[in-house]
Amino acid sequence: MAAIEAEKLRRTYKSTSGFARRRTKTIEAVRGIDFEVGEGELFGLLGPNGAGKTTTIKMLVTLLIPTSGTARVLGLDVVRDARAVRRKIGYVFGGERGAYDRLSGLDNLRYFAELYGVPPKVQKRRIPELLELVGLTGREKDRVEGYSRGMKQRLHIARGLLHDPPVVVLDEPTIGLDPVGARELRHTVAELARSGKTVLLTTHYMYEADALCNRIAVIAQGEIVATGTPADLKSIVADRTVVEIEAFGAPEETIRRLREAPGVTSVAVEDREQAQVLVVQSPHGLELTQELLGYLDGVRVGRVAAREPTLEDAYVSLVTDGR
Amino acid sequence: MIRVARLLYVSWFFNLKQLTRSGLFIFTSIVEPLIFATLAYYLFKAGQRPGTLLYASLSAGLMGIWTSTLFGSGGVISWQRWEGTLEPIVAAPPPLILIMFPLTLATATIGLYSLTATLLWGRIVFGIPLEFAHPVTFALAVGVTILALGALGIVIGGSFVLYREANALSNMLEFPVWIVTGAIVPLALLPGWVHYISWVLAPTWGFRAIRTATFGGNAWPAFGMLFLLFVVYLAVGQWFIDQFERRARERATLSLV
Repeated sequence: MAAIEAEKLRRTYKSTSGFARRRTKTIEAVRGIDFEVGEGELFGLLGPNGAGKTTTIKMLVTLLIPTSGTARVLGLDVVRDARAVRRKIGYVFGGERGAYDRLSGLDNLRYFAELYGVPPKVQKRRIPELLELVGLTGREKDRVEGYSRGMKQRLHIARGLLHDPPVVVLDEPTIGLDPVGARELRHTVAELARSGKTVLLTTHYMYEADALCNRIAVIAQGEIVATGTPADLKSIVADRTVVEIEAFGAPEETIRRLREAPGVTSVAVEDREQAQVLVVQSPHGLELTQELLGYLDGVRVGRVAAREPTLEDAYVSLVTDGR
Repeated sequence: MIRVARLLYVSWFFNLKQLTRSGLFIFTSIVEPLIFATLAYYLFKAGQRPGTLLYASLSAGLMGIWTSTLFGSGGVISWQRWEGTLEPIVAAPPPLILIMFPLTLATATIGLYSLTATLLWGRIVFGIPLEFAHPVTFALAVGVTILALGALGIVIGGSFVLYREANALSNMLEFPVWIVTGAIVPLALLPGWVHYISWVLAPTWGFRAIRTATFGGNAWPAFGMLFLLFVVYLAVGQWFIDQFERRARERATLSLV
């Protein structure tokens, strides 16, 4: 039996605008997705902001009712058996909010342990273990409002594990963390998978999914556009060449023309301080560097380098091809 | 059953601790009743009725309990949503009413600050002796009143979150309830139709039980009504909370983002 199953899972939102004449708009956040996560698997749901990751997660943890389709956790339906699902699942969300800031980390953990029906004797053993696991031992009696962002994230993880759930869902747990904090947190997530738990992780950091996940589903505009192991996804762009061009102040129009240039498969733009790095993909063997620089006439160009495609290039290709 | 009782107790204590860390909430729970108590002392003194000065202390304190319940419970769900804690508590297995009731009960309990402050203020500043006809019944009456107001808090919190416009009624509900429950003037002075409203409000019976325990008389009919209203409020509150939870999961309004 799969730990998590989603079948034709769909969710729309309604938003209204206007004062005198109110208009209702329906937004398709998740458009009938199917996926399965096996027991003990560390599965990544990868996609850009607004792709539908968090909406999918919230349906699985029973915080949202699907518009149509079904989802099951350990065979339990997320709508019909919501309370039973909540006992089996640990939900960890990213961001700083979500804890009672005026109380200590220990107070927060004790309260949620009670909500999850953890017996007092078990709490006495489990809470120190979890504090140790997430590196908060010694700070548990401090008020949460004095915690750093990373400490709050780790407190969320400890809270999600209080009832020792077989399935753990982490929604962008490393968002906004500094590199050291993010690395420590990834280590904790890897430990969870090693302990036999089923882990569903959402992220928009490709290297995070690559480092942690057994399998990945790439979601874009509410649809799953690819599923497979990191190696499977890399193979999607194996036949491509990637050129990275460092540019300074390239206007939007220039980037648009670059995207439409013959032979160019995709162009991703990464902002790095004052520079933009244009990551241009094209079919393998096609030498386009000179032509590409021609399109950037009038723009100050720095370093230019061709390299082998990475998983991140596969991801960029998958989420931009449909646009 | 033991697990539910423990959950209620631990949650109540947790929320009480959280509320007592809010200096502003405590400050307003104390200062406003003290102002009303002071006004009431001078009014009663001017009326040449020194025997009823303790009545003024109690009334001002009970008004404070109502105010902290009204404002604390009325915004309880919106406040959890704002803090980002609404999603984690809804995602927890117990029925939401078992999580929300200890919270509204804690806001009513904070009203004890008001009652204690007005009684001490009367004693220290105005020299009003604290003499209770039935001290044990008095303590019981305060406890039962707080329980019933906590249950009323669920109705207030649930209805305010379900009908967002109702939140604007918070300010309007403070003063009229003081009047219709007999905190300011005896109910006998009010028109007959007001009595029907008074009867369905727990503060009416809470005030009656506390005053009877203080000045003498049979407080048990008031206890009976408090218990009945407690059960009715919990049932109505559960309906509101269930409706809220279902609608919020359908409309995606549990979080701000």
